[in-house]
Amino acid sequence: MSEFFDPYNADRPLMLKCSCGRDHSPADHHAEVAADAAAAQLRARSETAEFEAYSQEFIEATLVKALFPQDQERRMFLRAVGKKTAMAAIASVLPMASLQAMAQEKGPLEKTNLKIGFIPITCATPLIMAHPLGFYQKQGLNVEVTKTAGWALVRDKMINKEYDASHFLSPMPLAISMGLGSNATPMNVATIQNVNGQAITLAMKHKDNRDPKNWKGFKFGVPFDYSMHNFLLRYYLAENGLNPDTDVQIRVIPPAEMVANLRAGNIDGFLGPDPFNQRAVFDEVGFIHVLTKDLWNGHPCCAFGTSTEFIQKNPNTFAALYRAVLTAAAMARQPGNRELIAKVISPAQYLNQPEAVLNQVLTGKFADGLGKVMNVPDRADFDPMPWQSMAVWMLTQMKRWGYIKGEVNYKQIAEKVFLITDARKHMKDLGQPFTAGSAYAKHTIMGKAFDAAKPEEYLKSFAISKAG
Amino acid sequence: MKTTHLNLRAAMVSLLMFLVFLGAWQLSATAPTVAGAAKAGMTADEIEYQKMMGKDPGAVKSTGFPPPLEVGKAIVGHLADPFYDKGPNDKGIGIQLAHSLGRVGLGFLLAVLVALPVGFMIGMSPLMRKAFDPFIQVLKPISPLAWMPLALYTLKDSDVSGIFVIFICSVWPMLINTAFGVAAVKRDWLNVASTLEVQPLRKAFLVILPAAAPTIVTGMRISMGIAWLVIVAAEMLVGGTGVGYFVWNEWNNLSLVNVIFAVLVIGVVGMLLDLAFAQVQKAVTYVE
Repeated sequence: MSEFFDPYNADRPLMLKCSCGRDHSPADHHAEVAADAAAAQLRARSETAEFEAYSQEFIEATLVKALFPQDQERRMFLRAVGKKTAMAAIASVLPMASLQAMAQEKGPLEKTNLKIGFIPITCATPLIMAHPLGFYQKQGLNVEVTKTAGWALVRDKMINKEYDASHFLSPMPLAISMGLGSNATPMNVATIQNVNGQAITLAMKHKDNRDPKNWKGFKFGVPFDYSMHNFLLRYYLAENGLNPDTDVQIRVIPPAEMVANLRAGNIDGFLGPDPFNQRAVFDEVGFIHVLTKDLWNGHPCCAFGTSTEFIQKNPNTFAALYRAVLTAAAMARQPGNRELIAKVISPAQYLNQPEAVLNQVLTGKFADGLGKVMNVPDRADFDPMPWQSMAVWMLTQMKRWGYIKGEVNYKQIAEKVFLITDARKHMKDLGQPFTAGSAYAKHTIMGKAFDAAKPEEYLKSFAISKAG
Repeated sequence: MKTTHLNLRAAMVSLLMFLVFLGAWQLSATAPTVAGAAKAGMTADEIEYQKMMGKDPGAVKSTGFPPPLEVGKAIVGHLADPFYDKGPNDKGIGIQLAHSLGRVGLGFLLAVLVALPVGFMIGMSPLMRKAFDPFIQVLKPISPLAWMPLALYTLKDSDVSGIFVIFICSVWPMLINTAFGVAAVKRDWLNVASTLEVQPLRKAFLVILPAAAPTIVTGMRISMGIAWLVIVAAEMLVGGTGVGYFVWNEWNNLSLVNVIFAVLVIGVVGMLLDLAFAQVQKAVTYVE
C-alpha cells in the first residue's frame, strides 16, 4: 500500500499523483514500469549464453529444416557430404543463412533504416517484441515498427514501398504475387509468424447454440478475404454442412473492430485473431466456441514477409532482419517467457490491450467466457517454418471458394512465394545430392488428411465447393 | 445593454443544459460496480476465473459507459502531458493534433490555390459556368472515404493520399462560392471600371475581389469545416498519426473514455477553426 503514496515518508513529497513526478496515476506508472522491467528481464534472458546458444541452434535448425523438410533427406545429405561441407555449403547458398554459427562474417548492410508494418494482434508477437528487446538493433538495424489500421492498407503500403517489410496474413503474399485483389507484385514469405492462436468467438446469446448445423443465417466476421481465418471458417462451416456463401454471411471486419461489432450485434460471431477472442470474453460480450488449434493443430496464420525486390536489392539487410525475427521467435516459443512477453507488448504503442488479456492468450490458461478456466499451452505458438504444403493448401481453398479460377500451378506459386524453396533451388543448382521428392509436409485438417502432392484430388473431394 | 443581458441569459441557459446533460449522463452511466465479487463460497477455480475476467478485488474494471468523472480524469491526464512521444505508435494528443492540423492546412491551402482562380474564371464567364457545372455537381457529393482507395492506389503514399482527400473534399464549396460571389458583383461597379478603362487584372484584384470577398470567405469557412470532418475519417482509415488515428487506436483498445476525450478535442478544435474564419469574415464584410 505504502508504495503508492508513501504518506509517512519525510523524504518524499506527498503528491496525490504518481511519485515519479509525472502526472499519471500510480496504477499507470506501475503498468509502465512493469512493461519496462519485463523488457529488461527478457533482454537479460536473451543475452545469457544459454539463450544465445539456444537461439543460434534454433536459427540453424530452422534453416536446415527449410532445406530438408523431410528428416530422411537431411540425414542422407549429411551422411553423404559430412557435417563441415554441409555447413559451408548451406552458408554459401543462403544470403539469409550466413548461419548464426558463421555470423561473424556478415555482409555490410545495404539499408539500416527500415519501416515494418504490423496489425495489433498477438500473431505479430515476434515481430513486435524484437523492437523493445533490441533484437533489430543488435543486427545493426534501426527499425520502426508501425501500427497499421487494416490488411488492405498493409497490402497498399507494401506495394507503395512505404514499408520495407511487414506482418502479413500468410495467404496475402500468395494473393498479391498472383495479382488477386491487387496489382501483381512479387512478395515473399520469409517466415511464418505464428501457428494456431485464433478462435471462433460467438456472441453470448448463442451460448446454448453450439452446433454449427443450426447456424444458418449467422453473420460472421473475418479479418480479410485472403486470410487463414476466412479459409478455416469456411472449411469449418462446410464440414458441418453449411454453404459459407449462401447459408451464412461472411464479412470482412478489421480485427480491432470485431469486438465492437459483436457487442453491437452486427455479427453473431467471428473467426478472428487473438487478443480479440479473449478480449470479447474479457468484456463479457462473447465466448470462445472453438480454438482453431482444434481444427488444424499447427496451422499457419500470419507471416513475416517482404517484396522479392527488397530481398534482391538488400540481401544482407534481409538476412539481418531474418535473424532478428527468428531470434524473437526462438524466445517466444519458450513457454517460460510468455508472461513477460505479454507485459512487454501490451502498452499503447504496441498492442494497446490489457495485459491480463494478452497473458491468457499467450500462456494458454484462459477463461472461455462460459465460466470455465481452460488450459491449452499450445493455444498460440510461434513456429517460423514456411512449409510450401501450407501454401498449397491455401491455394486449394482459394480455388475452392472461387478466389482463383481456372488452372492453378500450385507448386510453382507456392515455391515462388514461400522462401523455403529458394534455399532448396540453390542446393540443387550446386548439384548437392538430395532428392526433391516428397518435400511437402502432410497436414490433417479436421480429421481429414491433406496431401500437397495431390491438390486437385483434394479439391474434388469436397461436397461444398465452387470449383467446377 | 440589452444584448449583454441576452448574452448573459443565453449563457445561463447553456450552463443549465450542460449541467442537466452531465447529471443525466452520470445517472445513466453504470459505474463500475463489478469490482470484487463475493469470495465466500467460491471454489478456487471460480476465483481464478473471476480474476481472468479482470474482476479480482484489486483491479477496477470499467464496464459499460464511462461516467463523466472518469472522462474528466482522462482529460486531465491527457492535457497534462500532451507532447510525449513513445515511438511511432504512441504520441501525446498535442503531437497528434499538430499532425492533423498540418494535413488539413496543406490540403486546404491546395484547395484555395485551385478554387480561387478556377472560381474566378467560372464566375466571370457564363459559358465556363455552364461547362463546368455537370462536373462540379457530380464530384461534389462524393464522400471522402470513397476517394481513399483510388488515392492510395494512384498516389502510392498514404500521407499524400490523406492530403489529397482533404483537398478534393474542401475544394467544392470554395469553388462554388467564389464563382457565385464573382458572378454576383454589381454590374454598376464593373461598368464604372470599364468606363475608367481599368486593366482586367487590376479590375479583378481591386474591384471584383473585394466585392466578392465575403462570399469567398464564407465558402472557405464551409470548406474548412468539411476539411476538419474529413481528416478524422481519413486518419482512421490510413492510421499512423493524427487525431483520427488516436480515436482508432483507442477504439482498438475499446477505451470509451479516451474516445470521448478525442471527440471533445475534435469538437473544440473544429470550433476554434470556425471562429478564426468568422473573424476573417468580419474583416472583409462591407456595408454598401
